[in-house]
Amino acid sequence: MKTQLRLMFRAGLIGGLIALHLTLVGMVEALNKREIIEDIITLGQLLLMGVGLGTAVYALGKLPRERRTQREGWWVALGAVSVVALILGLLALAIKPLNLRFMFQNASPALVRILTFDTPGVLGLVKLWAFLLFSGALALVYLYIPQPWDRTLSYAVGITLLMGILRALVAPLLPDIISDFLFTPSGLTQIGAVILVVLWVLFLHYWPDFKARLETWQKEAQTPQGAPIRRRLNIAFLVAILVLLLLPAILRDKGSYLFEVLDMVGIYIIMGLGLNIVVGFAGLLDLGYVAFFAIGAYTMAVLTTPELPFVRQYIPPMNFWEALPIALLLSLVSGILLGVPVLKTRGDYLAIITLGFGEIIRLLVISDLLKPILGGAQGITGVARPTFGSFVVNESWEYFYIILVTIGIGIFISTRLRDSRLGRAWKAIREDEDVAVAMGIDHVSAKLTAFATGALLAGMAGALFSSRLYSIAPHSFNVLISINVLCLLIVGGMGSLPGVVVGALALVGLPELLREFAEFRLLVYGAALVIMMLYKPEGLWPEKARVSRVAREVFGDRLKTLKVE
Amino acid sequence: MSHYFEIRDLHVHYGAIHALKGISLYVEEGEIVTLIGANGAGKTTTLRAISGLVRPTSGEIRFEGEDLLRYRPHEIVALKRIIHVPEGRRVFARMTVEENLYMGAFTRTDKDGIEEDLERVYALFPRLKERRRQLAGTLSGGEQQMLAIGRGLMGRPRLLIMDEPSMGLAPILVESIFDTIQEINRQGTTVLLVEQNAHMALSIAHRGYVLRTGEIVLHGTAEELRNNEMVQKTYLGMA
Ligand SMILES: Nc1ncnc2c1ncn2[C@@H]1O[C@H](COP(=O)(O)OP(=O)(O)OP(=O)(O)O)[C@@H](O)[C@H]1O
Ligand SMILES: [Mg+2]
Repeated sequence: MKTQLRLMFRAGLIGGLIALHLTLVGMVEALNKREIIEDIITLGQLLLMGVGLGTAVYALGKLPRERRTQREGWWVALGAVSVVALILGLLALAIKPLNLRFMFQNASPALVRILTFDTPGVLGLVKLWAFLLFSGALALVYLYIPQPWDRTLSYAVGITLLMGILRALVAPLLPDIISDFLFTPSGLTQIGAVILVVLWVLFLHYWPDFKARLETWQKEAQTPQGAPIRRRLNIAFLVAILVLLLLPAILRDKGSYLFEVLDMVGIYIIMGLGLNIVVGFAGLLDLGYVAFFAIGAYTMAVLTTPELPFVRQYIPPMNFWEALPIALLLSLVSGILLGVPVLKTRGDYLAIITLGFGEIIRLLVISDLLKPILGGAQGITGVARPTFGSFVVNESWEYFYIILVTIGIGIFISTRLRDSRLGRAWKAIREDEDVAVAMGIDHVSAKLTAFATGALLAGMAGALFSSRLYSIAPHSFNVLISINVLCLLIVGGMGSLPGVVVGALALVGLPELLREFAEFRLLVYGAALVIMMLYKPEGLWPEKARVSRVAREVFGDRLKTLKVE
Repeated sequence: MSHYFEIRDLHVHYGAIHALKGISLYVEEGEIVTLIGANGAGKTTTLRAISGLVRPTSGEIRFEGEDLLRYRPHEIVALKRIIHVPEGRRVFARMTVEENLYMGAFTRTDKDGIEEDLERVYALFPRLKERRRQLAGTLSGGEQQMLAIGRGLMGRPRLLIMDEPSMGLAPILVESIFDTIQEINRQGTTVLLVEQNAHMALSIAHRGYVLRTGEIVLHGTAEELRNNEMVQKTYLGMA
């Protein structure tokens, strides 16, 4: 009895503290403006619901499996969420009399109204409690649904809510009639939510059958008699690629915002591919990576803008294609120039030196001294756009094709390098540099090539970035860019190419689409990274499944879902 | 007359620390020569100088009469096939056993020869063959030492320099490792072996040197050293 009480309070306190934190930083209030399901639930409420659910799951997870569905489970789970309700209720009560707003700017009357569901007095608090009890009960209900429906149902609900949250991404992809029916300007319609849940349940239910059939097809295709199947699969594959490639052109009218976001994601993928070579393959922790991005961007801008009279005196403005090789060459050379002095440093020292290098470049760009050349704090406008004959690449979706091609090249370079002798040398250096040298690896040239290739890709990303934005300013090149790229590698999985794409989508794409999160971006990043490190330290899409074996040794069987060869 | 491998009057400084104070030694082709000495005597430093990992202040290192100081570390491996098995079982933890072994052949291009040597290593250490797909970081200490030696052999060394292969291993394993070193030597590899375990080292070596605080204080055949009173007292722990 006593242990159950302790568990209940512990889970409740953790959940309550998280809920307090989320409300007092203003996240709940900010997210409350988004209705995810019309007249039913807002994003802010969803967040609180998530806390309630999480609290109950945490509490139940500490109980032995067979006791979770007994009365004990109910008591612990519902008791824990009641503690959360109590904490939030006290907050709601305390805000006005204690004048909490004096300390916490976000402890506003609006927050009280959210917490008490617009109902004054005791009834409001009861509603809050009921809401959290409901959230906690969801965890219990899950335990009672027979397999495999428990998973199917919860995934379907989860995906549906995600579609509501990512409305800006999903809605433009559908024909107007359908999207008007399913979506409101901020989320899902009620009927839309129901329909989507049903569709997803059906889809998820039949998915394993479908996958099995696909696998048998694939197996049959391997056999000598499988030629026709093989041909059909190949055609299907080509068609899929073609459709994907045509998608931007088809969707261009609906989704200009979508393509702005995708362009940014793409530019980060290119940078990510580059940094992945430096950090993921060669294990050199480079925190000044933004420098090469800036060098690419500024070279492109300075060489092509009609402004900057001082520069124009000497060189006439170039077009995009003339400036691009110069931008690439300069970033490559600067990669080597940074590489030489830091060759002997490792780990944290390397990180600090490169961090400094990134700042130096940014300060040079802002400086008044170089203003005639680099445009100073105002930056440069009038950067050239790529042209093909008389066709000028102008729109976001048109840029997207160029970015896509660049990503393709980047992935090609990365795979070729990874599987080459140089790739093995990098891997060895990453593991143990001294021993790598003892194996006859020329670590000097291996490290310099890593820096140079990484810088080249960053420079390419920079050139595309400045051309795409038409104008650039120094503040776009701060250290946060380096940190973002590094984070996307960590989240995606160090050294993994699909991981770069997944990481960029998750860390760059999602926040752009979730405008409401914008001001909490770093907070969410931080939380996401901590959670990743605890539960999936090898990233969302690790380099190879067997890498996780070491992770498992270190982190115990929390990683039990991972495959090991 | 010049020796197969030879060090003459070698000095190494680490900043103000004078780690090697003019040591000279030689190794003939086909020999096992051991360098024994207490902690901090300069044994590892000597090996690091040979493989080019530290720059000597003065002195000569010659292999088949040719000056090695002209070469960079990776060239000493690639061109001279002098291979260093570093101290402390440093394997590439997140690579499999087999990948580690292939890393040892990094500078080689003769595919057939590499496969041949892989089989030879597996014959010397059957344990490694059983665990070829296992991550090296998850091997036991003894297995890691076998892997480090095997990886060295994969470079087809003309001179194998080994730094304390017995460190931290149980006596029975030490014995089997030394048996293997002797077997490797019998198959034609010249070995320069650094050890603190003077007893074991002198039992398989042809000749030996005793290093004390950066100076060679004694050298002779293994037999002579085993019978030397000072060696017995200091390094063999006999009263
Ligand atoms: N990188 C370094 N910087 C400064 N001093 C060093 C460095 N490496 C070694 N030394 C010093 O040089 C001397 C010789 O060290 P070395 O590692 O060669 O000894 P060793 O004979 O291999 O000892 P052990 O048996 O403990 O491995 C020691 O006094 C050591 O402190
Ligand atoms: Mg040593």
